[in-house]
Amino acid sequence: MALDKFVLALAQIDPRLGDVEANREQVARRLGEARAQGADLVIFPELALTGYFLKDQVPEVALRADGPQLAWLRELSKEIAVVIGLVEESRAFIYYNAALYLERGELVHVHRKCYLPTYGLFDELRYFGRGRRLGGFDSRFGRMALLICEDMWHPSAVYLAAADYAATMVTISASPVWGVGKGELPENAAHWRKLVRFSAETWGLFVAYCNRVGFEDGVGFWGGSELVDPFGQTVAAAPCYEEGLVLGEVDLRKTRRKRLLSTTLRDEDLQLTLSELARIARRTARAAETAELGAADGRRAAQDNGAPPASRDEVAAPRKTAAGKGTSRRGPG
Amino acid sequence: MKQRDGGNGTAWQLALNLEVARRLIVAFIRNEFLKVGVRRAVVGLSGGVDSSLSAALAAEALGPQNVLGLIMPYRLSSASSRADAQLVVSKTGIRSLVVDITPQIDAYFERFPEADQRRRGNKMARERMTILYDHSVAFEALVLGTSNKTELLLGYGTVYGDMASAVNPLGDLYKTQVWALAHALGLPQEIVQKQPSADLWVGQTDEGELGFTYRQVDELLFLMVDRRYSREELVGLGLAGHFVDRVAAMVRQSQFKRRLPVIAKLSERTIDRDFRYARDWGR
Repeated sequence: MALDKFVLALAQIDPRLGDVEANREQVARRLGEARAQGADLVIFPELALTGYFLKDQVPEVALRADGPQLAWLRELSKEIAVVIGLVEESRAFIYYNAALYLERGELVHVHRKCYLPTYGLFDELRYFGRGRRLGGFDSRFGRMALLICEDMWHPSAVYLAAADYAATMVTISASPVWGVGKGELPENAAHWRKLVRFSAETWGLFVAYCNRVGFEDGVGFWGGSELVDPFGQTVAAAPCYEEGLVLGEVDLRKTRRKRLLSTTLRDEDLQLTLSELARIARRTARAAETAELGAADGRRAAQDNGAPPASRDEVAAPRKTAAGKGTSRRGPG
Repeated sequence: MKQRDGGNGTAWQLALNLEVARRLIVAFIRNEFLKVGVRRAVVGLSGGVDSSLSAALAAEALGPQNVLGLIMPYRLSSASSRADAQLVVSKTGIRSLVVDITPQIDAYFERFPEADQRRRGNKMARERMTILYDHSVAFEALVLGTSNKTELLLGYGTVYGDMASAVNPLGDLYKTQVWALAHALGLPQEIVQKQPSADLWVGQTDEGELGFTYRQVDELLFLMVDRRYSREELVGLGLAGHFVDRVAAMVRQSQFKRRLPVIAKLSERTIDRDFRYARDWGR
């Protein structure tokens, strides 16, 4: 029986780059503090055990999600449930930017980051494999979903979490400062604030956003972790630019009330979305095939379809999924 | 150039939240120094706004007693530069030392009397660099940089001279933003408002030498580099095509100054090409 009410802690830490041992100590300490303050679940940022700008250090700091090196975390999760980010090494020796959910001494869920930012100061596709699974999972706190940073900038990832009936969406990030302008928050941070509230209110979800702080190679991480309720109200908020541990209550009765007032989730038509996605995927695939015959012909064909020519890569993913050939698996099993 | 602010979202975008910028840069300096186990900084003080701001931010981050400002005049340097540098020392409470570079510069150019102003200017910048690095050992410190984003992009600096440092707190601030932050930190008006000059020869000013003002070029660089406006869009905003082209060429031609020396690739993992680690690796 899932709990209707639980206390969630956001551990806004400053992980040390490439130093898993130091980060393990930091995580264990914060976990103890959260437990002492009455938290049932504690969230740590993206790549909390490893630091972010790892580059060629990725394979050197990677861990198996169910391996002996994480026995300490499974042990600690007997006392308090945990969400934490790390580099996961798969059995195929592919490295993932992953988030683990553990409770009652067991690994319950692994989310592998699907959208790996590779633009501007980001270079994740160079170092990580792509996750291929989104949606929700069951926990002792009800239905949850995990996202990692860039995942949440894709409305489809949030949509899939909501469609899979997640009541609490946990997003962990290592969001750097960029675009400092006139505002109190850098441009990207201001967008995060909107994303968190828009997602929470649209689908009637609790959104727990946990970001890190500190500097790596001169790049600062802005923190600003927060728990936002289904009405878009802030339940708990950590400061910007400095470490913090904040607690807030997730009360699923608020979710019930919000979903009575706003029936977007109930009314969402998955079959309509599916059939339309299939139709659009067919059309862009046709446009791509035509484009391969010759650039000029491709342009003409795309115009006929009212769409720009798609690359092979753009159509590869929906085709694969439709044919059930997704290669990645969720979780360690 | 026409004044554009607000309406089409260009000029005003250079405006910074100065409190956020100050807080981030102070935290950055503290982090970059303490991470490598060094608590002290040496910085060359010219009396200009860049080095004054760099020193003031370091004083806030590390404590004024942990910052050593080196004043390194040449016999042709203006007396007011030195007075302004002293003013920054007393205003910020940092330590200071005067090292006159005239003997070593003049001794060198006695052998090469034909050397032009450019060679002399570069030599002075590099002499000052070696003095800073020497004192960084004596003072157990890191060399703090003073190059701003405008001069780094334009290549308006001496590679391995004034461009050399261990930690540069100003490298992502355009000159106009340096002015705004220096003003917000309460640096003396005579320093913030004076004509920028490398002071390598009598009467030299940056804007005279460059042929445009910092305000003009900062707005162009911001739109071109940060916002990635095309040439066509920039000209459409009223910027002169020859100005856009000249600045774009300066940025391209000085790219080498912003990179490590190029390495001939032979092995499977070449440094900085396919051997890639953060600078903070192991820190």
